[in-house]
Amino acid sequence: MSQLWAALATIVIGISGAALYFWGSNLLLDRIYPARAADTATASRNIARAALIRPWLFLGPAILALTLYLVYPVIASLWLSLHDRSGENFVGLANYRWLFGDAGFRESMFNNFLWLLVVPAASTFLGLIAAALTDKIAWGNLAKSLIFMPMAISFVGAAVIWKFVYDYRAEGSEQIGLLNAIVVALGGTPEAWIATPFWNNFFLMAILVWIQTGFAMVILSAALRGIPEETIEAAVLDGASGLQIFFKIMVPQIWGTIAVVWTTITITVLKVFDIVLAMTNGQWNSQVLANLMFDWMFRGGGDFGRGATIAIVIMLLVVPIMVWNIRNARKEMEGR
Amino acid sequence: MVTGPKSSFGWVVHLSVVVFVALWMLPTVGLLVSSFRDKDQISVSGWWTALSTSSQNLVFRAPAGDGEEVVNGRYVLKGSVLDGASGQVSAFGFSSREPAAFAPGTVADLKDGVTLTVAGDGAFELSGPASFAEGRGQRIFYTAEVPPRFTLENYRNVLTASGLGRSFLNSMTVAIPSTVIPILIAAFAAYALAWMPFPGRSLMIAAVVGLLVVPLQMSLIPLLKIYNSVGQALGFDPKSYIGIWLAHTGFGLPLAIYLLRNYMAGLPREVMESARLDGATDFQIFTRIVLPLSFPALASFAIFQFLWTWNDLLVALVFLGPQDDKLVLTGRLVNLLGSRGGDWDILAASAFVSIAVPVLVFFAMQKFLVRGLLAGSVKGG
Repeated sequence: MSQLWAALATIVIGISGAALYFWGSNLLLDRIYPARAADTATASRNIARAALIRPWLFLGPAILALTLYLVYPVIASLWLSLHDRSGENFVGLANYRWLFGDAGFRESMFNNFLWLLVVPAASTFLGLIAAALTDKIAWGNLAKSLIFMPMAISFVGAAVIWKFVYDYRAEGSEQIGLLNAIVVALGGTPEAWIATPFWNNFFLMAILVWIQTGFAMVILSAALRGIPEETIEAAVLDGASGLQIFFKIMVPQIWGTIAVVWTTITITVLKVFDIVLAMTNGQWNSQVLANLMFDWMFRGGGDFGRGATIAIVIMLLVVPIMVWNIRNARKEMEGR
Repeated sequence: MVTGPKSSFGWVVHLSVVVFVALWMLPTVGLLVSSFRDKDQISVSGWWTALSTSSQNLVFRAPAGDGEEVVNGRYVLKGSVLDGASGQVSAFGFSSREPAAFAPGTVADLKDGVTLTVAGDGAFELSGPASFAEGRGQRIFYTAEVPPRFTLENYRNVLTASGLGRSFLNSMTVAIPSTVIPILIAAFAAYALAWMPFPGRSLMIAAVVGLLVVPLQMSLIPLLKIYNSVGQALGFDPKSYIGIWLAHTGFGLPLAIYLLRNYMAGLPREVMESARLDGATDFQIFTRIVLPLSFPALASFAIFQFLWTWNDLLVALVFLGPQDDKLVLTGRLVNLLGSRGGDWDILAASAFVSIAVPVLVFFAMQKFLVRGLLAGSVKGG
């Protein structure tokens, strides 16, 4: 309990410290360049100078934190990826050469591409269906909440939840996993879903799809509601069927939002780590890049060079999305 | 609202949504039901059978001579294998090889003239020529139809015994400051990016958008090195709460700045202009006008950040470490999965404890969460 008090005290100290910084630095700036000076020329010069400095006072802490926690690490990782396990001796491209010859890395890349193909597509598609369906009914908001709820659950919590679905007992004994119970009830034989190479990837993916569908649904639902009524009414008058209206009139109008949802989920997929760690820890050919990196960071003595190299690969996969996002944001700002 | 020719197949829509919701709820409901089930029942039957009676193979060890009587020269020991619980015995036996060899009410001959009978209601009668006080007590195997039993015992166990209470506090200690600190820093930065003209502003905004997607994995190794060397130089433990708060702050800032800037940029210009004409400084405009008006955006980000820091495993493992006293809930769950993967009762209750807080926050604050998601994602229709 004392630890919680310490945390609370730190919050208070931290917040008052930050508040003091913002308040004090502004006060100081106003003292150095007072807006009310003897002659107007000095006053306007002071105001202009203060206006030049003030934004950087406001931005200061944020720039500091962003540089230390996100910008510097990108550069440092590049540097580390050219060094050995201790991060001290330069080894050139040896880590990259090792990487492309490594079976574990190839397996992770293959699995990551499977995840990238399946999870964003499945989540977006299911989210679109859920959005279209729930928008049409009176209790749609309740249904949305329930489908959206898994988003609040941690990947580890989700892994435990799905362990109860995928559990396997030997043939003949009573199955306590839902999936195997259904398979047995339908006359099939139970399978160890999580321990079956290749296919187990898809059972792990199902967990992420389960979490991300709600996210896709919420955003796509808002986009669907933003479609101008006239376009739909015109189609109804022309005698289009419900499905035709949905796929030929509505979906094309929300391509932009679909792309945003798709890329956001893609980034989540690239970082996925907890699910694999908790369900299989990379056994049975289910390794992915993020977990492989964690492996190299800590287990096996900890090889910072190779770990950083894998981080660089993850980063490279993200770069196209990053560029696309920045271009979109700039376009949007020019539109304002 | 979306309108279409819906009346003709309205029930199809309703049915599809019911199926969709049921599919999405089922795994979580399974965990919830399991966490309230009796320890013995979880591992022998699926949670969907929880409401019906289940057939179980159980063992009862008769007390070694306690309460035996002498009747007609034979020692007789009576009792009930169900030990006060309700249920119906459907078979019994005296060896583990044939645990269901006898029907209830029949008399089984054990060696040395000992006989055993178990009735359908669980009452047993052991009788033999010698006292049962010698030995460890006869084991009685029986198959019983046991009615569903729901219990809070799993929760009592995990909260007291397996370190979960401690981890709960740790998670709180990590999540709350990690949510509050970035809001303050980001709010000032967002105001500057939204309402203060200065050279390089659009470049800064582009940088924030770019940093939004930088994978966290990137930062772990370099930061760990910094933390270790700073810790060594100043002589304190590099794995501290302050370290993880700052890390979460750094990782959460891009989203915070992005969300808040978008929101603040949408505030009406006139309000700020007139305040400026009245002689208000930027600092006053920010604290008295912009901050209160931005409450919805602040709330959205706070929820995001709280959910993310509470549910995070990676950052906690790296910057706080896997030691028992610093383990957060997610880390504890991973450990339980590894070490006690077969103890379903502990696993289910622990998992539910760990997801209860974020799920409550989710349902209470859903409105803000959705608003924040939309502000961050819907661009160009």
